[in-house]
Amino acid sequence: MSNLESSAPKLAGVLGFFDDPDSLMTATAKVRDSEYKDFDCYTPYAVHGLEHAQGLKRSRVPFVTGAFGFTGTICAFLWQYNASVEWWPHIIGGKPFNSFPADFPIMFELSVLFGGIATFWAMIIFNRLPNTRRAFDHSLTNNRFAILIESPKYDEDEEAPPAFSTDKAEQFLKSLGSTETRKVYEEGWF
Amino acid sequence: MATVNTTEEKPLVPIYVTGGRTFNELSEDVSRPLETFPTGRWWFCFIAAMLAFAVGATLLLETFKNGIGLWGLNQPVGWGDDVTTFVFWVGIGHAGTLISAILFLFRQKWRTGINRSAEAMTIFAVMTAGMAIMTHTGRVWLAAFWLFPYPNQRQLWPNFRSPLEWDVFAVSTYFTISLTFWYTGLIPDLAMVRDRAKNKIRKMALTIASLGWTGSNKQWLHYESAYLIFAGLSTPLVLSVHSVVSFDFAVSQVPGWHTTIFPPYFVAGAIFSGFAMVVTLLVLAREAFNLKHYITMDHLELMNKIIMTTGLLVGYAYSVEFFIAWYSGSAFEKFTFINRAFGPYWWAYWIMVSCNVMVPQLFWIRKFRRSIPIMFVVSLYVNIGMYFERFVIIVTSLHRDFLPSSWGTYVPTSVEWGIFTGLMGFFFVFFLLFVRFLPAIAVGEVKSVMDQPTAKGGAHV
Repeated sequence: MSNLESSAPKLAGVLGFFDDPDSLMTATAKVRDSEYKDFDCYTPYAVHGLEHAQGLKRSRVPFVTGAFGFTGTICAFLWQYNASVEWWPHIIGGKPFNSFPADFPIMFELSVLFGGIATFWAMIIFNRLPNTRRAFDHSLTNNRFAILIESPKYDEDEEAPPAFSTDKAEQFLKSLGSTETRKVYEEGWF
Repeated sequence: MATVNTTEEKPLVPIYVTGGRTFNELSEDVSRPLETFPTGRWWFCFIAAMLAFAVGATLLLETFKNGIGLWGLNQPVGWGDDVTTFVFWVGIGHAGTLISAILFLFRQKWRTGINRSAEAMTIFAVMTAGMAIMTHTGRVWLAAFWLFPYPNQRQLWPNFRSPLEWDVFAVSTYFTISLTFWYTGLIPDLAMVRDRAKNKIRKMALTIASLGWTGSNKQWLHYESAYLIFAGLSTPLVLSVHSVVSFDFAVSQVPGWHTTIFPPYFVAGAIFSGFAMVVTLLVLAREAFNLKHYITMDHLELMNKIIMTTGLLVGYAYSVEFFIAWYSGSAFEKFTFINRAFGPYWWAYWIMVSCNVMVPQLFWIRKFRRSIPIMFVVSLYVNIGMYFERFVIIVTSLHRDFLPSSWGTYVPTSVEWGIFTGLMGFFFVFFLLFVRFLPAIAVGEVKSVMDQPTAKGGAHV
């Protein structure tokens, strides 16, 4: 492979634009059932129902929240219990050392704190953020919708998939009602 | 009668964005303040806020140098304007999360127009409250040892049975989660502004701030899930925070504080004051930044309805407190409440009642709910009334407790008023920076509730 080729921008796939969410939704369902398995939609806002049309599984973010939230509850209890009973017991207001009901506010707050921060980071990590990518077209975060048929990815040791024909993919997207199609390339840093 | 003639035709589907705006026009309108040089009016407000903050900061430095003896606090009134200011700002900080979380769970789509600015207001209000409560310790550099959960060498921890310690956890958790929730909401909108940016440095800064958001539906999937969870977590959180703040009082033995009604009473008051502040700020912001198509009269009317409802709730709490003081048979409780309304601080009590209970009654009339000057004035009255509510609760309960020999009075000094003004400036500095540098409307959310383009072109309802 020559140097010239390796420095050329990497083909990300073929982008087909749609002007409204309804035709995007219909087209997405058709792409899902087609030969193209690697594809994604780009929308300026969360279009409800698109995840079903795209055949995406439910997000696993809630499980992360649950796990961390519960950890927060346990940590807060153990912390308060040990501070009041084990490390230096004090009689305060004639209450028992283990004044369990008084531990609840902090147990609740730490559950929310752990769960909330974990939710944010789960969202970030599942979405492979942060990075320096931008939308393929500035209209995609503004007022247009698109389907990206990605050029197939494969590992070095795998067998190369059949050659990806951008023309065929563009034709396919046009047949689904795309108003504009275009080849797009992976973006560099900034 | 079968037919009713109305002057205004009511649409079949609620309209959240007026003027037939398109997605692109929405993006343009929201980005405009960010992409143009600030107006003279903005600079005037900003400099005024900075000056106010400078006054407060100077007086706080004086306080750190000389101690809180500069304030009017004494025995028995150990809490005055300082804690009043804290509760005032924490209360204001409740509307944002109510709008962004509770109204989200209730599928109130109108929230999309106002949630961003209300959340921003929440964050800045909680920051201001944090300033008030940290500086009220006098020697802030020692507060870490009193408040922050940190043991001494012999493993003595702060008292976890104390509501003051719960408060540290509640307010700091509330701040952290509100900030995270707010930033999560900002990511797609910052990406929108980034993709419009022409200037290279600006684009780079926004690329970093938007974390590389592309609007891919695989991203939206996790994003929406996280957003729903944030709403679910914030809903009990917002109710817990002001409940915990009320425990600071209710768990004590002081007559006037030691009541079980405090948590719901405080939460209702918090929503009341928060919405009043949102109305005050949005009436100005929609005018200054030409956002009238997105923050419509319908939005303001709905907020005014909430102000009236919560105003009635706090009015109910005021009367129940009196009833229980009599019904409990406790002589001290009874005395405290009569003293509140007719004692030396009667004026504060009646300012509170007239601003919080009487003035919002104007909103029974639709014309008043939809009048900008009236709602602006009412919201200012509510802000004043809610300051006095906290002043009444704190000062009138403390100044005459069980023993007449220990009675006293409290008059805030000019230093305290200066600090109060300074904290007001602190809040407005941040809010003014927000409306200049960040999208003040949650564009990505408004787009999902406005007229959608259809295959045939144009918009359908």
